[in-house]
Amino acid sequence: MSGKPKLHYFNGRGRMEPIRWLLAAAGVEFEESFVEKKDDLTKLQKDGSLLFQQVPMVEIDGMKMVQSRAIANYIATKYNLYGKDLKERALIDMYVEGMFDLNEQLMSYNFQPADKKEQHFANVVDKATNRYFPVFEKVLKDHGQDFLVGNQLSRADVHLLDTILMAEEFKPDILAKFPLLQSFKARISNIPTIKKYLQPGSQRKPPIRPEEVPKVIAIFY
Amino acid sequence: MSGKPKLYYFNGRGKMEPIRWLLAAAGVEFEEEFLETREQYEKLLQGGSLLFQQVPMVEIDGMRMVQTRAILSYIAAKYNLYGKDLKERALIDMYVGGTDDLMGFILMFPFLSAEDKEKQRAFIVQKATSRYFPAYEKVLKDRDFLVGNSFSWADVHLLEAILMVEEKKSDVLSGFPQLQAFKARISSIPTIKKFLEPGSQRKPVPDDKYVETVRRVLRMYYDVKAN
Repeated sequence: MSGKPKLHYFNGRGRMEPIRWLLAAAGVEFEESFVEKKDDLTKLQKDGSLLFQQVPMVEIDGMKMVQSRAIANYIATKYNLYGKDLKERALIDMYVEGMFDLNEQLMSYNFQPADKKEQHFANVVDKATNRYFPVFEKVLKDHGQDFLVGNQLSRADVHLLDTILMAEEFKPDILAKFPLLQSFKARISNIPTIKKYLQPGSQRKPPIRPEEVPKVIAIFY
Repeated sequence: MSGKPKLYYFNGRGKMEPIRWLLAAAGVEFEEEFLETREQYEKLLQGGSLLFQQVPMVEIDGMRMVQTRAILSYIAAKYNLYGKDLKERALIDMYVGGTDDLMGFILMFPFLSAEDKEKQRAFIVQKATSRYFPAYEKVLKDRDFLVGNSFSWADVHLLEAILMVEEKKSDVLSGFPQLQAFKARISSIPTIKKFLEPGSQRKPVPDDKYVETVRRVLRMYYDVKAN
C-alpha cells in the first residue's frame, strides 16, 4: 500500500473531478482505479467497499470514503483549504454549493436528449452569467482581495477556477462581463500546484465526449 | 431583533425541513417567515437577501445564509452535533450524504402527476430497502448512535428520512430491527420528542396547496418527472 489516496471512478470528470482538483491544489499525489465496465462496479459493490453501492469512492487514511461532498470536506479540512473558523467555513460552503449547482447544469448538458440541448444551453448560460458569476465578481470587488474568503487560498477558489474553466469550454467568452473573475482565473491558475494540474499529462480529466455518454450510462444505470 | 434564527421559506417541508429538524434537535428556538406571494419573493430578491436568488435562507448570527447544506453544516458545528474530530465528521458527512440522497427522491414527489407518483413511490421504497436502510442497519448493529457513541446530526437526519419513507409505505422498516429500535430511541430524546408532538414547527406532508404556492411564487416546477 502506497499511503497515497486512491480514487475509484470512471475515467472522466463527473463527481470525482472536484476531489482531484482539491488533492492537486494541496499538492497531494493520488492513484486512480478506473471503473470501465459494469463488472468493475459490481466487483466493488460485492466486496463491500461502497457504503451505498456507488462511486466516487476514495481510499484515504484507512477509510473507504464515499459521497463526493464528504470526501471533498475531509480533504479540504485536512489540507487547510476550509478557512480558519466556523464563519469562514460558512461562507466557503455557501459559495461552493452555488458552484456545484452550476457544475451540475454544465455537466448534464451532454446527457440531455437532442431536442432539449439548445434550451438547456441557453439556461446554463443564463444561470452562469446572471446568477452565479455576478455573485463571485461582487465578492472579489467588495473586499478587493485575491482570494474569495479570508484572504488566503481555500477550496472556494479551487472550485471556482474549475467551474470557470468548464463554463468557458461551454461558451468561450462567458467571462466577458466579469473582469475580476478574469484576473482571478489568471491568478489562481498560476499557483504552482494548480499550474501543474492544468498542464498536459496531469490527472485532470477532459470533458466527456458525446460518444462516451452511452458507455457511462451503461455502467451506472 | 430577537437573536433567534429566522427561516425564510414556504409553509411546508421542502428543502427547509432538515434545517427545522436540526435546530429543534439542538433545542434552538427559531422564527419563520412564510413565502405566500410572488411579491414577497420579489421583495426578498430586490433587497439582496438571497445570494443566489433562492430559498432556503436563514438569518443566523448576523449572516443571511443560503444553500441548505451550508446552513446545516453551520448549525451542526455550532451546536456540537458534528462529531468530536475530523474522522467523526467524515462519517457524519457520509451518512448524511446518503440520507440526503434518499430524501431527495421524496422532495419532488408532491409535484408529480398521479401516475408518476406511483412509479416514484415504488422507486423510493426500492432504494430505501435495497441501498440505504441496509447500510444504516449494519452500522447500528454495534451502537446506539451512528457516530462516536453520541447523538449527532447524522442521527437526526436518519430519523427524518425514516419517517418520510414510512409515510410512503408504513411497514417499510419491517426487515430492519436495528432501525426500528433506533427510531424509537431517537424519537424519545426530549428535544426530538417535542418536535414530533402536534403544535411544533414540524411541517406536515406536502399537499396540493403547498405545490400550488411553490409554483405560484417561484414560477417553476410545472413539469416535474419521476426518477
